[in-house]
Formats: sequence, C-alpha cells, structure tokens
Amino acid sequence: MAAEGSPVRAGVAPRYASGMTTAELIEHDTIDRVLAEALARGGEFAEVFCEDKASSFASMDQRKVEELGNSHERGAGVRVVVGETTGFAHTSDLSERGLLEAARTASSVARGGGATTPVALGTLAVHPVRAHVIPGDVAKERRVELLEAADDAARSAGSSIAQVMVGIGDSRRQIIVANSDGTYATDDLVRTRMNVICVASGDTGMQTGFEPIAKTSGFEIFEREDVPAKARKAARQALSKLEARSAPVGEMPVVLAGGSGGILFHEACGHGLEADAILKEASVYAGRVGQLVASPLVTLVDDGTMDLEWGALAIDDEGRPAARNVLIENGVLTDYMWDWLQSRKGARASSGNGRRESYQCLPMVRMTNTFLLAGTEDPDEIVAQTPRGIYVAQLSGGQVNTATGDFTFGTSEAYLIEDGKLTAPLRDCQLIGNGPEILARVDAIGTDFAMSPGTCGKDGQSVPVGCGQATMRISAMTVGGAAA
Amino acid sequence: MTDLLTLATSIVERAAAGELLEVYAATGTETEVRSYQGDVESLTSAATSGVGIRVLVQDPRGARVGFASAGSLSPDVIDEVLADARDNARFATPDEMVAFATPDGVPFAELVLEDDALSSVPTDTKIAMAIELERIARASDTRVRQIDEASYGDAVVESAMASTTGIRANTRRSMSWLSLAAIATAGGRDQTGYASAARRGPDALDVEATALEAVHRATRMLGATKPGSTHSPVVFDPRVTATVLAVIASALSGETVTKGRSFFADRVGEVVASPLVTLVDDPTDQRHLSASHTDGEGLACRRNVLIDAGVLRGFVFDTVSARRAGTASTGSAVRGGYGGTPSAGCRALLLEPGELDPEAILAEVGDGVYVQSVTGVHSGVNPISGDFSVGAEGLRIHDGVLGEPLREMTVASTLQRLLLDVVAIGSDVEWLPGVAAGQTLAISDAALSGN
Repeated sequence: MAAEGSPVRAGVAPRYASGMTTAELIEHDTIDRVLAEALARGGEFAEVFCEDKASSFASMDQRKVEELGNSHERGAGVRVVVGETTGFAHTSDLSERGLLEAARTASSVARGGGATTPVALGTLAVHPVRAHVIPGDVAKERRVELLEAADDAARSAGSSIAQVMVGIGDSRRQIIVANSDGTYATDDLVRTRMNVICVASGDTGMQTGFEPIAKTSGFEIFEREDVPAKARKAARQALSKLEARSAPVGEMPVVLAGGSGGILFHEACGHGLEADAILKEASVYAGRVGQLVASPLVTLVDDGTMDLEWGALAIDDEGRPAARNVLIENGVLTDYMWDWLQSRKGARASSGNGRRESYQCLPMVRMTNTFLLAGTEDPDEIVAQTPRGIYVAQLSGGQVNTATGDFTFGTSEAYLIEDGKLTAPLRDCQLIGNGPEILARVDAIGTDFAMSPGTCGKDGQSVPVGCGQATMRISAMTVGGAAA
Repeated sequence: MTDLLTLATSIVERAAAGELLEVYAATGTETEVRSYQGDVESLTSAATSGVGIRVLVQDPRGARVGFASAGSLSPDVIDEVLADARDNARFATPDEMVAFATPDGVPFAELVLEDDALSSVPTDTKIAMAIELERIARASDTRVRQIDEASYGDAVVESAMASTTGIRANTRRSMSWLSLAAIATAGGRDQTGYASAARRGPDALDVEATALEAVHRATRMLGATKPGSTHSPVVFDPRVTATVLAVIASALSGETVTKGRSFFADRVGEVVASPLVTLVDDPTDQRHLSASHTDGEGLACRRNVLIDAGVLRGFVFDTVSARRAGTASTGSAVRGGYGGTPSAGCRALLLEPGELDPEAILAEVGDGVYVQSVTGVHSGVNPISGDFSVGAEGLRIHDGVLGEPLREMTVASTLQRLLLDVVAIGSDVEWLPGVAAGQTLAISDAALSGN
C-alpha cells in the first residue's frame, strides 16, 4: 500500500483497511537511517515511535444524533538519551526527510560527541489486531441504533429522567517501536466505549447518573454487554439521588462495591509505586520494598496482559511486552512499576509500564490494569457487619499527591449504612485519606471481583487504564459531606 | 509556510451544491525544558498542525452536521477529512436549530496576544531559565528536600477559520510558562508546594518569584495536621478561586442552559449570588492569557456581564445555543483545537475585584480556614447538581492571621451556596492560564471534614 517512492502509507488509503500491517507505516531501512541520524552526535539510546490512530465518535443528546465525527492522527516521535538528558521531537511528516529532521532536532541535546552505532534491529515482533469486529467495518447506522437503544432504555427507567446523553467512541491505534538496542515491535489495538449520562430532575434540583462500557475490543462488546441494562443503571443512579441527603462528615467505615473502587488503589498507592516518583524520592513508598505497607489482606497487581480490559496492550509504548507484575503481596511491597528510562537508572529490566498518550509525548511510567485480588468474604456480609458507615457503589475519579500520600476520590453513587443495611442515598462527595494509612485499614475483602475502565491523567498525558477489586471495607476514612 | 487563512478559504471553496462548509486550521510550535539536579532532564521540540471540517447539509426537516479532523495539513489528508465529514453528516438527526455562524457586524478587538521576541529566544536561554528555577528553589531553604519538577515551556499557536457563510478569522498567540513542584521536609514528614506562572513571552516571567512561591507554599505546610470536622468560614487562594469559577462557568454556558442541565436556567433577573459578586466574561481584556479577538466560530469576542451585583444577567451563547434560546450569539463559541467542534463556553472570566488585599480579608474573616490548594475537582464537583466537595490543604486563620497548617480535610457546600456565601473579594487578581482569573475570596460558611 506504500505510495510511490515514499515509505508512508498512502494518505488516501481507506483507514482500517483490512490486511494492512502496522509495519507499512514506516520501512525498516528508513528506521535504520533515522536511528543512525539520532545518534550521529553521540548518545546512548535512540528510539522511533510511530503511531497511526483513527478514531470515531457518535453522540446523542436530547434524542437527537447530534454529531458523528472522525479523527485521524499519524506521526512519529524520536527520542535520544544522552547521559541523564532526553531530547525529544515529533513530526506528523512520516517521509524520510521529516523523520530525519525530527531525529536531528531530538539529538540537539548531544553536543559534539562522536557518533554511536545503533544495534541492528531485531526481527519484527508483530502483534496483530485482536478485535473481532473492527469499528471501521461497522456501518454508521449501527452506531445510531446503539445510541437509540441506550437512550430508549434510560428514558424508560422513570418519568423524572429529564436528559439522556449517550456517546460511542472507538479507536484503532497502530504503533511501531524501534530503538537502538534492537527492539522492533508493533501493536494494533482497538478500543471501543459507550458512555451513558442521565440527568434526573426533581423538587430538590438535578442529579446525574453515569455508566460506562469500555473494552480493549471491537464492536463485539455490544453483543456481550447488555446495553439497555447499563443505560437503565445510569438512569436509576440519577433517580435514586433525587432523594439523596448530604453525605456525613468525619471518619467512618467505608465499604466499596466491587469494580470502580479499584480507583482507590490506583490513587492510594498505584501512582506512588511508579518508579519515576520512587527514584526522585517523591513517593511515600520509596525505599520500602520488602516492608509491610498494607493490610495482609492486600495483594495488588498491575497486569497489561488482561485481554479486553481497558488498560490492555500487547507491548508498551517502548516495545516491551506487557506483563503481569505483583506490586504488593499479602501486604508486603514487592516491586515498583518501571519504564525504560527508570529501569536503566535502577539497573534492572522494564516491567512493561512505559506508556504515552500519543506520538507527541515522551513515554513515562504508567499503570495498565491495576487491581486488588479478591478475598474470601461474602460481599453482603461485609455490609451486614458494618454498623454505621457509607457504601460507595460507584466512584467518579480520584487524585493523589505521591509525595505526601494524601489522596482523594469522589463518589457518584453512595448510600448510608445503618445497622448493617443500606439506607439513604447520599449526594456526591469526596473522600480523603493518606495512602499508607488507608492501605493498613483494609479489613475485609469479598469474592465478587470486577474491573472498571478509567482514564488516567499524569503530567498532562491521558491513557486508558483498568481498575478492579472485589467489595471491600476500610475501617475508617474521612467522608467529605456537607451535612450540618 | 502556508498562509492558514488562505488554506482554510481554499477548502471552503470546494463546497458542493446544497452543503455548507466550515474549516478550522491550526499550526503550533512548542518547546519544553525540564531541569533536574542542575541538568537538562528533557528537551522537547515540536511542530504540530491539523484541520477540522464541519459539513452542514440542509434537509427539509432541519440541518445535519458532520465533522472530521486530522493532525496534518497535507492535501491528501484534507481530502480524506472532507470526505469523512460529508459522510458523517448523513447520520445526524435533522435539527432546525443547527446552523453555522454568520458575520454579525461586531468588529474584532485589536489585541496583542503574541510576544514577537519569543521566536528569537535561543533554546539555551530557555534551558538556563529552567535550570535557574530549580537552582533557586533548592538553594532558598534548607528544608527543601527535592524538586520534583522544574520546567520552562512555550508555545506559539496560529489558527484560521473560514466558512461558506462568510466567516473569515485568524489569530496568533504565544505563551511562555514556568512550573515548579517543591518538596519540603521536617520531622520526617514531607509537604509539597506548587507554583506556576504564564505570560506571553519569557522576558515577562520572574524565575525567582516563581521559585520562591513554590518553596513558600511547601514550607508553610510543614507540620500540617488533620483538623476536626466543623463548619467554618473559608478563604480561597486565588488559584482555588479560579478553579471554582471554571466549574461555575459550565452552568453559565448557553448550551447547558438550553439543554436543561444548568442550575441557573430560568433564573435570569434573580439573585443568585452575594451582592459583592459581579462576574464578567471578557476575552477582549488582554490581561487574560486566554484573551482572543475571535471565538470558536469566527465571530468577534465581546464583553458579557453574567452576574451583576449578585443578579443573574445572562449566559454565553454560540450560534446553535443562541438559536435554541431565541437570542443571538454572544461570540462565545469555544473549541478544543482542530479536533473539537464549537460549543458555548466562557473564555475569560473575571470576578470584579474588591478593595481588600489578602491580609485585610483575613483580618475581616477573623477565624476560619485558608484553602491553599484543592484536589478532586474533576470528581467531587458536579456542575449539573451543584454538589461541591473537594480535598483541601491550607492553614488555620486565627484572629485574622494565618496560623498552623492543615491537611487531609475536605471542604463541602454547593456551587449555588458558595456564590451566595461570598463575603469578601480580594483586589489581588492573578492572571492565570485557563478560563478564569482568580483572587482571594472569602466564603462565610462551608462544611469541613477531618477527624
């Protein structure tokens, strides 16, 4: 499919064209010359990251298909590492001229050293697309049908549902990573998601409900997932909050429902276990490998190989195969997460956690799918054994300061627990805690493991991640309600 | 270098019979330098470009719009984007309220949004600024244990818009910024302080002031404890005020109002805030870093008074939301670059400054909590319901002066209540990147949760 005289795949070729391989984005010989140019003024490492990402979205609001859109981003980032310094440049011009110019710009951090010779590229490790129903092959009518099915279902949940917004988004991201250590690999990832947001209106104002479906998969997820049921769930969440009271204040037991509660671990310790924060001693977990950092009930894993989950990948954005890494085992810190740069400083191997939002960004240490292993308790019993506290059915997101360990997360569906039973629905509120303190207070974990999708932001870069856990309880955490 | 407006116009001229086209094209260059331990940690240089095209097809039942974008301005990519946008238009539900902007006769303001000197600043000067930023912060206080991030960045962005309906607009802006995250330590416990500054060019940045601000914010938090739960007056730092205003902005968008998703809907003419509150969105005030003479549909930006002495006066509208509301666009379309489509939004909010400086505000409040920074705004503030609950750190206010540091607490209220509970607005306006400027703001009552 390459255009005449150019290593670039023809821009007018249909995107998603079946049979296209990622390697056609840029040719082997071109990569050799770009890596050589990148190291022409010295340096220990050079890398070319080439990406072609085609996305589409469709949205329905007020029962109207408001907009269908497509976007197409294609380009390459070139990185050169000289001592402790990284030079980086990116370009949307994938011609050899454009790539060589990016390589020269990136190499400007190397000043006057002799040329370094890259290791010859290894055999290309190709990871073909795993999705079955490629979004680009799905008729746009099908997207409209799905939007309507979700909208109808949400509205059928109650007459107080005033607004329903449904969005479907999908992307196909093809990458090639090649570096001067001989790494040469591709990946071809399809991600598909639907979001349903409902607004219920009542005497006390408006409340919102939200439910996502998101998998590293093609449109086959809409066969596996019950779209109307998910939409009704979003609607019921908004409706239930119309009766909600302000959340309480102060410290109390908090039970997190299986699934989105995994955000707690993503924030409470996940970011603090990323090696960039560790090596800068900007994490409360620095220097604590081998120590008890959590309740013995806690075993925390980051696993990029969890097929279908939102943070799944075959290789990371540095060409390293995705891996399953145990971070905390029975409460003991076993390892951090590593990318190429940090693992070089730490004189060890990368754990496959080098990720970037796009070719325009430098990679850094990021989580993939991060989850707490299930426990042995009956989830209903965990609630029944909590005399008073709050039950969080869904979390909306979180944030952490890795240096102090203080983290927050917000609820989007929560209930009061009184005498071991769920009672009043609560208005949205923030919970706040300190990572190491909260990890030590995990005192019950259930059997009902579930994953949920999220978008993780760090240093301005967003990447898809998965979070997961079973129903669990923290014996005391500060609930930030507005109750008098 | 292609002239962007010429390029956008040439695409518009390809409109087929029965369709309208709107083209947004943009280019940008940027540099970012990070310093670590006195050396360059990373140097990023990049140029980006892209195009977004909307196609509008008139249907007997209304108009249908399709959109597509790509990160390139090469002719074959533009062909692809145009074809995609046309195809997408087939699937939108016809809507008689949907239309493209047409010129409304309001002239563009004359604004200076670019520092011409930026393009001639050598990379070595930028590197030196990042290294100096880190050096001053490390040297200024022995309790500074680490500098997590010290960076200098700049960008020059150019965009152009053209449409079949007669829109022709272009803009060019520059920005330089510093960003610093300091970690201070005492008694085995770390605290962090963050500072940043943004101006049109590097010469207007004060490296030392930014370094010292981050260090001050970190060191004054040393020894922080978790407070008990109570209700109390709170005073917001200017950055916190700007963050809160940016969330309130969403409820002032004509889009959320006309779609019934704003707690301000149907309340024009009513008291929605303390009489001290006058809130204006004015992108033609070039002190705002987000200032612009053109909105995201190519109409002239203008000054819009949203709340006047506590009374809700109106909303910001783009073309479509204005048609839904039976009014005219206020020149308030915003769009997230070439990959986004326009919607109604605030661009440059300013709370009319009061007479008091921060010290005088603390003195007036007497006892309460000063909020230095907040977390979880994206997860704990709901602009539709108005529920507001954020993680916070700051300092106790005793007898009108700042006292001991506090951490791991939450501050909760509702956005509606916060506006009504404003008791003092500072004179200390800080011009920040983003939708709103901020100043010290005192609120009479909020729920604080801690132990």
